[in-house]
Amino acid sequence: MMHWIIVPVVLPALLAPVIVLVMRHDITLARIASVAGAVLLLAVAIGFVVVAAGGQTLIYELGDWPAPFGIVLVLDRLSAMMVLLTAILALIVLAHSIATGWDARGKHFHALFQFQIMGICGAFLTGDVFNLFVFFEVLLIASYGLMIHAGGRDRMRAGLQYIVINLAGSTLFLFALGTLYASTGTLNIADLAAKISEIPVEEAALVRVAAMLLLIVFAVKAAIFPVQFWLPATYANAPAPVAALFAIMTKVGAYSILRVHTTAFGPGIPATDGLIGTWLFPAAIITIVVGGFGVLGARRLMPLIGFSVVGSMGVLLVALSAFTPTATTAALYYMIHSTFAAAAVFLVADLVITRRTQDKLAPAPVTVQNGLFAALFFAAAIGMAGMPPLSGFLGKLVVLDAIRTPGLIGWAWTAILAGSLLTIVGFARAGSVLFWSSTAVDAPEPDAVTQPKATATQIAPAMVAVAMLAALAVFAGPVTAYLEGTATQIFDRAGYISAVLGNQDEES
Amino acid sequence: MEFIIASAVGVLTAGGVYLMLRLRTFPVILGIALLSYAVNLFLFASGRLAVNLPPILSKYGDASYTDPLPQALTLTAIVISFGMTAVLVMIGLAAFLEADSDQINIAADDTDTKTNKDAAQ
Repeated sequence: MMHWIIVPVVLPALLAPVIVLVMRHDITLARIASVAGAVLLLAVAIGFVVVAAGGQTLIYELGDWPAPFGIVLVLDRLSAMMVLLTAILALIVLAHSIATGWDARGKHFHALFQFQIMGICGAFLTGDVFNLFVFFEVLLIASYGLMIHAGGRDRMRAGLQYIVINLAGSTLFLFALGTLYASTGTLNIADLAAKISEIPVEEAALVRVAAMLLLIVFAVKAAIFPVQFWLPATYANAPAPVAALFAIMTKVGAYSILRVHTTAFGPGIPATDGLIGTWLFPAAIITIVVGGFGVLGARRLMPLIGFSVVGSMGVLLVALSAFTPTATTAALYYMIHSTFAAAAVFLVADLVITRRTQDKLAPAPVTVQNGLFAALFFAAAIGMAGMPPLSGFLGKLVVLDAIRTPGLIGWAWTAILAGSLLTIVGFARAGSVLFWSSTAVDAPEPDAVTQPKATATQIAPAMVAVAMLAALAVFAGPVTAYLEGTATQIFDRAGYISAVLGNQDEES
Repeated sequence: MEFIIASAVGVLTAGGVYLMLRLRTFPVILGIALLSYAVNLFLFASGRLAVNLPPILSKYGDASYTDPLPQALTLTAIVISFGMTAVLVMIGLAAFLEADSDQINIAADDTDTKTNKDAAQ
């Protein structure tokens, strides 16, 4: 048994209390510990991807209780990839928040950050739906603290909204789990997959209800229409580095849909065949539309980026809703891309907004380093909107290429292409107002430019995020090869079931 | 038995949803508390209802027992919802003290927020 699988959960879980108890008065020490934790996590995650690329599904039985009686952590290609994505993003966001001093504007940033990492990694690794709920709660409660980090009237009110929405979502999650347990008698994903495939269609009503309830819960996390409304307000009012970290949180919802609804309620299972895609596809299409018009209509920079995240989740879910290996490969590629793209835009926006003192999209006296920020924003916006040469273009291309079902192709292509156009127009307008119109506004006193210049360490994280997009485009071949293997593995339900439940036979 | 549990879950859920839709901090907190009671009962019932049965298999006695797993799930859910309610109360209080208003919905614009605030006073 490979004990490393538990490390991404245990490492932050041990580090966070040490930071909060021992280092709470010493921000330097907390920064060192937090960065060290993130670097270690990155090393472990790279190891995971190397191991998982071999193709086998590794499991870790907590307390050595065999599944389905005990809780298992499952490491396959998908989990390894998501943990690596989390680790890279965490390091970028951490570097940014330390360099810009965001972490010192309130208390306990680093402890909450580590708990957030723990919840996200746990959600990616667990092989049990109730455990998934628990890790959701861990990442949510940390995100509540991060969301209202540094305080302020608007942020507290937006934070309260965010908490209420998510508590309602958690309650729904429990109702879904209760329904699922009542109809199948298990909550282990592999065991669920085995049991549900044996349920005849005429007795499947309860399982179908549970599948839809779970879909709604994950849709709240992934911000899919009609439960996407919380995202722009939350992201617009959260501290920008936290909003960048939240780029992975919407992906947790998408990951859960992929994991649970492919493995347990997936294609080819008579009880729930075709149910999920039928509902997910139109919802994802409307999500793209909402995101596109939101980007066009936003009057402040942060909500604009929030709506562009909604739009990108729509594209991702359109690809996921097909539930075919090809479309899933495309969805995974786009998922990696949109995580880094959202992080890059939020980090650049933070550099700009802190120097403009407000994020209204209106001409204001030009800030220091206008040209540099304009270039950074341009690059990040290209990534977010999906223009060449960055990976967003390739991502959208493979998504479009993967959706060729006759009835759906018209809707999907129209929505994705029109949504991209709206996003491009929205970002172009925002960029020209922020960086060009501003040059025409006279500063009140030309010499009184008091904003500090952005240092190299402050710009580096945003540039790294953009560089990740470029790297994703350059190495699209190897990445896609890995993702194709991932998609094949996800749809190999029998392999997953025997990997998780197979140990019973060996030990008995 | 089934009727009582089912109607209790239904009534608690209805009350919880109604209170959540009030969009003021205190009713919403009460609503979420009611919803969490409802879901705890619901989880409890998901392992089938059994009266006066132990949750552990006895090697010597008869084989009938009640499913222990939903009891463990309910316990976890109680602990989590307790913690979440505490966090919600603290943040609700902080938001009220910052904004002088216990409205949960926020108007789109800063100017609108100000007029709302004046209207609330």
